[in-house]
Amino acid sequence: MDSVTSEQRQTLHSTADNGLKIVVVGGFGVGKTTLVRSVSEIRPLNTEETMTQAGEGVDDTVGVAAKTATTVAFDFGRITLDAHNVLYLFGAPGQERFWFLWDRLFSGTLGAVVLVDTRRLADSWYAIDRLEHHGTPFVVACNDFGGPAHTPAQIREALDLADEVPLVFCDARSRESSKQVLISLVEHLRTVVAAARPTPHPIPEPTP
Amino acid sequence: MSRGRPGRDDSPDRLYTLTGGRSRAGSDAFDLVTLVVSESDPVAGMQSEHAAILRMCRFPTAVVEVAAGLGLPVSITRILLADLHDTGRISARHPRASYRLPDHDILEQVLVGLRNL
Ligand SMILES: Nc1nc2c(ncn2[C@@H]2O[C@H](COP(=O)(O)OP(=O)(O)OP(=O)(O)O)[C@@H](O)[C@H]2O)c(=O)[nH]1
Ligand SMILES: [Mg+2]
Repeated sequence: MDSVTSEQRQTLHSTADNGLKIVVVGGFGVGKTTLVRSVSEIRPLNTEETMTQAGEGVDDTVGVAAKTATTVAFDFGRITLDAHNVLYLFGAPGQERFWFLWDRLFSGTLGAVVLVDTRRLADSWYAIDRLEHHGTPFVVACNDFGGPAHTPAQIREALDLADEVPLVFCDARSRESSKQVLISLVEHLRTVVAAARPTPHPIPEPTP
Repeated sequence: MSRGRPGRDDSPDRLYTLTGGRSRAGSDAFDLVTLVVSESDPVAGMQSEHAAILRMCRFPTAVVEVAAGLGLPVSITRILLADLHDTGRISARHPRASYRLPDHDILEQVLVGLRNL
């Protein structure tokens, strides 16, 4: 890295050539933007994706007019990892009505952070369902809003979380804490990848 | 629009004009994090959005950043990028991994980068 620290960097290195994605998903106001801001080297930016769908129950002959455009807004931040790799973090709403855009927006994502507020655990059920269904590795991060303390076991039970899915506690306002959430996701990814890799065949002993 | 942001002119007419009414053909290659680099400077008479992209991408800039910078939806931005790519005015650095699951080496690089934050 040159004299400019990563927090101040506005433009990428000219050598940057590999964009990577992590999605932070969760209910309204759960701290998605806050987490992205805590670790991003740029102020989070906002943009939107539109999707045109054929309108349901509308006569086909109406053609173009029968299409409806749905817009979903999302924000993102950026972390320069090294001279080549740049990680983009996307904060995306987890509500059911936005999820038809999921494949389009986040195909090829490394994995996801499901951010939850323990006072509103049910808000994350749908996101967790979808991630499991889609086979996207994820961790669950409980953002501390000062609600009553729950044990990890209680939270796992309420979310019906598989044992292998990491559950971490965080404060999205803290850079260090948010960074640890991302690290726990990538460590989890490493485990998932290692488990998926076929075990190498042992080199057979030469038969005499 | 579900969430109108102030200052955003996203009338379908304007978007139609920007893209000449074309659909997404040829633009799907641009991932959200494909890094775009200008290969030339803007020239007089160029569509203003095209010129803005060329100025924005003197250093590698992701498709989402271009969209946010233009204040346009990603789908429209992709079409504008495809125009410039077709004429050789930009180059595109697509995400390396075509993963179902990411590559082990990449994950190690990500971990190192995050720990260094
Ligand atoms: N106490 C506490 N407050 C937090 C924490 N994280 C975020 N907040 C606050 O919660 C509010 C919502 O945070 P955002 O980051 O905007 O949440 P969001 O998920 O992006 O919200 P939407 O995009 O509107 O769905 C803000 O006022 C934050 O300051 C946290 O860890 N603890
Ligand atoms: Mg937000």
